[in-house]
Amino acid sequence: MSNILSWIIWLPVIGMLVISLIPRNNSKIIKQIAAITSGIQLLLATYLWQVFDSSIGEMQFMERVEWIPSFNITYILGVDGLSLPMVLLMALIGFIGIFVSWNIDKAVKGYFSLFLLLNTGVMGVFLALDFFLFYIFWEVMLLPMYFLIGMWGGPQREYAAIKFFLYTLAGSVLMLIAILALYFTCGNTFDMLVLMETAPVALNGMLWWGMSAIKVIWVLLFIGFAIKVPVFPFHTWLPLAHVEAPTAISVILAGVLLKLGVYGILRINYTMLPDGVFWFAGALALLGLINVIWGAMCALAQKDLKKLVAYSSVNHMGYTLLGMSAVIAASGMNGSNLISAQAGVGGAVFQMFNHGTISAMLFILVGVIYDRAHHRDIEGFGGLASQMPVYTAFVAIAFFAGLGLPGFSGFVSEAMIFIGAFPVFRTIVIISTLGILLNAAYFLWAFQRMFFGPANEKYNDLPEINSRELFTVIPLAVITLFLGVYPRPFLDLVSSTLNLLIESVVTIGGYAGNL
Amino acid sequence: MITGNFYTDASLVILFLPLLGFVINILFGKKLPRQGDWISISAILTTLVLALILFAIMLKNWDYKFSHEVIMPWIDMGAFKIELGFWVDNITIVMLLVVALISSMTHIFSLEYMKGDIRYNRYYAYLGLFTFSMNGIVLANNLMSLYIFWELVGVSSYLLIGHWFEKNSAADASKKAFLTNRVGDIGFFIGIMLMFTAIGSFNFQDVFAGVSDGEIKGNLLTLAGLGLFMGAVGKSSQFPLHIWLPDAMEGPTPVSALMHAATMVAAGVYLTVRLFPIFTPDALVTIAYVGGFTAIFAATIAITQNDIKKVLAYSTVSQLGYMILAVGVGNYTAAFFHLLTHAMFKACLFYGSGSVIHAMHHSLHNLHDHDTDPQDMRNMGGFHKKMPITSTTMTLATLAIAGVPLFSGFLSKDAILAGTLYFVDQNPQHMILAFFGFGAAAITAFYMFRLIFLTFHGEPKMPKVFEGIHESPSLMTAPLVILAALSTYIFYTLPINLIPWKDYGWFTKLIKAKDSVVAGTPSAKEIYDGVHYMHDLALVLSLTVASIGIGLSFLMYYRSTISSKSWAKRFGTFYRLSLNKYYFDEIYNRVFYQPFLKFCNIVAIIDWDLYDKYFINGFGHVTKLLSKVTGQVDYDGLDQTLVDGVGRSAGGLGKGLKNIQTGRLQNYMLFALIGVIIILIVQYSVIL
Repeated sequence: MSNILSWIIWLPVIGMLVISLIPRNNSKIIKQIAAITSGIQLLLATYLWQVFDSSIGEMQFMERVEWIPSFNITYILGVDGLSLPMVLLMALIGFIGIFVSWNIDKAVKGYFSLFLLLNTGVMGVFLALDFFLFYIFWEVMLLPMYFLIGMWGGPQREYAAIKFFLYTLAGSVLMLIAILALYFTCGNTFDMLVLMETAPVALNGMLWWGMSAIKVIWVLLFIGFAIKVPVFPFHTWLPLAHVEAPTAISVILAGVLLKLGVYGILRINYTMLPDGVFWFAGALALLGLINVIWGAMCALAQKDLKKLVAYSSVNHMGYTLLGMSAVIAASGMNGSNLISAQAGVGGAVFQMFNHGTISAMLFILVGVIYDRAHHRDIEGFGGLASQMPVYTAFVAIAFFAGLGLPGFSGFVSEAMIFIGAFPVFRTIVIISTLGILLNAAYFLWAFQRMFFGPANEKYNDLPEINSRELFTVIPLAVITLFLGVYPRPFLDLVSSTLNLLIESVVTIGGYAGNL
Repeated sequence: MITGNFYTDASLVILFLPLLGFVINILFGKKLPRQGDWISISAILTTLVLALILFAIMLKNWDYKFSHEVIMPWIDMGAFKIELGFWVDNITIVMLLVVALISSMTHIFSLEYMKGDIRYNRYYAYLGLFTFSMNGIVLANNLMSLYIFWELVGVSSYLLIGHWFEKNSAADASKKAFLTNRVGDIGFFIGIMLMFTAIGSFNFQDVFAGVSDGEIKGNLLTLAGLGLFMGAVGKSSQFPLHIWLPDAMEGPTPVSALMHAATMVAAGVYLTVRLFPIFTPDALVTIAYVGGFTAIFAATIAITQNDIKKVLAYSTVSQLGYMILAVGVGNYTAAFFHLLTHAMFKACLFYGSGSVIHAMHHSLHNLHDHDTDPQDMRNMGGFHKKMPITSTTMTLATLAIAGVPLFSGFLSKDAILAGTLYFVDQNPQHMILAFFGFGAAAITAFYMFRLIFLTFHGEPKMPKVFEGIHESPSLMTAPLVILAALSTYIFYTLPINLIPWKDYGWFTKLIKAKDSVVAGTPSAKEIYDGVHYMHDLALVLSLTVASIGIGLSFLMYYRSTISSKSWAKRFGTFYRLSLNKYYFDEIYNRVFYQPFLKFCNIVAIIDWDLYDKYFINGFGHVTKLLSKVTGQVDYDGLDQTLVDGVGRSAGGLGKGLKNIQTGRLQNYMLFALIGVIIILIVQYSVIL
């Protein structure tokens, strides 16, 4: 299995090609092929996790193939402790997503083909180590997403799809500029590992139009990634896209796609522009705070359950920004507080993964009730707890996981983020602890309105959550609980890489004064 | 032997058995015979036996310095580590016994009280979850474990208060309890962060050592202490976060006895007792004022309440205020002593009220009367004849809470008041704390006897209902008898003292105060001597105020020589304020909740209907311009054909996507496929 990373990336495309050979009315076979493909991919990812050596922080299982030598474009793949959890997450959620989509009956062939293509795009972004390749995968991911929302979505799907597309494209354009800028200033290479070495030196002291090149590139890349996260004020495509997207697409979107932004910042901004990290960390923390509070307040005001969950993503992803900003604690001028940097960055990466499992669970559960009641109006329910007790139990688990209850993984990551960022951004963290209260408020209030109180007679006959749906939710709930009680397996997996990342940021990022 | 030590092994079993009961009952309870209640009961009785064994060993060893700690790594990222673990010492053992005892009583009492409930198995499951969480707090040896179990207690109380969630009031109350507690938790977590940042460890011993070495000091330490204390303010329902506890009476009454009298609310006090050594003098004064004020404030509300459980609820708030006051004045072992005695007599009172409500329910049910409030004391009266066991046991517990000699409450209350007097003596500017303490004692005696007289004595207010009242079955009265017995002084002064007004006994010998680690605070010995010195004065004063309270109550509600109605009229404003709980719910609603919700709505409108609709959609046009500029920039530097190609395809794509039709899907799919195939070919041609 020397090309395991390529296999993980391209397997869905193989599945897609097989599907293209199946007649369009054989929808059952199409679904089965999609499921088998994702299943094998999940097995491969699990195998990768087993053979991965977590004591090594550097890239492993690297593949390197000349592609377009005239532009120094190379097909480079590699996996480390930062990308492996994301690959596992994508494989898991991609697999679960197939079963969440099981009821799709419109243009099944197109849907599952695009779904698999999306999978390839995301995996590619996580594993690519050549900037050109990275960008291609970034764009490959965009296209199926556009169609999946635009064709299989809700009533406003076309508006939502074009908005999502243009918004993300705008970010990609900025990103492309930054990539090219790096290419031309740092020795005509797209090799990300090389750029990590050369960029900090090459860009040091360089001025463009009187502005530091580092700052310019940082901001360009950051906006590109921030749109994906989404960071306030680039977040408004998200509620719309979520509300209109079919359930499985919301699950993928919240569960994995949002992580691409944070992943990009950590993988690219942090390693290639470590000076920029010091310059931008305060803003990062502040934006994290705004995401936390703004997202929570918007969630509190929502009447549509799916929109509430969408805003909860804005809220939860805010914590990751806060955690990432703690990296500067490890620098000499901040007292070389490695404890705090590790807690913050580790918490941020853990939070990404946890938000992946928790928000996936939330969106699946929203889909379950929507399939039955055909609406998502929180106030339109009431007393569901006595009508659908099992469903209620799972919503309770997801909500409590979402509000950061100890015992669920979200608590561990949020606590790590707070603890990590506190020494460097004390005021910001103190204000953001309001999130402890607000998260609980919007989840519990929604829970009460939907599930407590006298039963709504209209829904006496709603069927209980079925075994297929349980099959999609239970693995996520188990992972969330397991990592909440015992976070070691996850943190051990990522810590070598993150410690290396922290070290490189604070040792290379010594030019901060020059900015 | 899991940890290689009997104490910690036994503690581990005590901790996890109820959790096991929870897991079994929540998953399979419905299918088990008797809905699995026997699983929970056997689990909790086993923990009770183990706790008794630990307690017996503690008495046998007679070592006030005993402590044993187990540490387990939880997170290890290199520099950043979190270690969880637990700590067994005499305080832990006493507390484990209290939790096991009250929880066992609740389990047994509920067999009858909750019989036929629609979610019987879940009720028992949640009791197990609660007991687990509470024991977790008790055993925690570090701030992180403490916080984790703290939150789990919060969620199990949410589940239990909301047990009858079909009632909107119960659903409201459970949410209110959780959220109000979370307000306190914000402070708690900030306190934890301040401590960890300064000291680099969550472990209590490390924290004490760090504070004593001055790694955190001055205002920062005060702030950290007050932050941690804020957690206690939430959990122990202190002013101004006291609002959740009375509402929490919506939960089943046995739950109220367990959580809102004896254990969960005691967790806040337990926290301050555990962390006492790190509180600075400034923090302690604040704590004393919060506790003292809560004690008298809640007592003045309890006077006018007519709901039997509401009286007990405010009485609990008030008594918790006492304990917090004791911590604030430095006499924290007295706080823990009162926690212990209060757990017994208050649980007894709550079970007693449960027994009364149960009887009322049945009587009203037989009369097909669904409008009369079974908890309103104005519908009771004369129940002593019908339910003598309930009446007698409740009266004994009332004597204890009122601070009458021969009863446990007398000993612990006296210790608190003596401590307060000593503090006031040392700091005369805080004189008012003494008034809080003695005033609350008088009021407590008054309203508790009011409860007894209104419920059990006088003429029955509703003769028909009275006819149907019966003593509760023995499964319910047995806990009452046990707890009433435990409300007598003798259990706390054995084995070395039988004099009812001297509090020394196993408790004072085995639970010894530690010195504060903050510079400039009085030593434990100074406080101990001072308390001892003030003991006689406190005794006389507290007896006086208790007699005044009891006497007034006797004249007003037993002999009716003083008309309570005319008094209510004379103090009309105060009466209304008290009856309406000083309008705190209304004020919070108007000042915090409603404006905040409105603000959130405005934020959401700004986000969605203004910012997104106008600014972001307008930004779309800017983006178009930007991409043109980008094209220009690229043109200067990059190969002409490539840029043009990208530019064209991007432009074309944008245009095409604007008016996209489903029919075009195939085209794009095709492009995507072609792209993918090219990449594949390129890759594999090289590999092969």
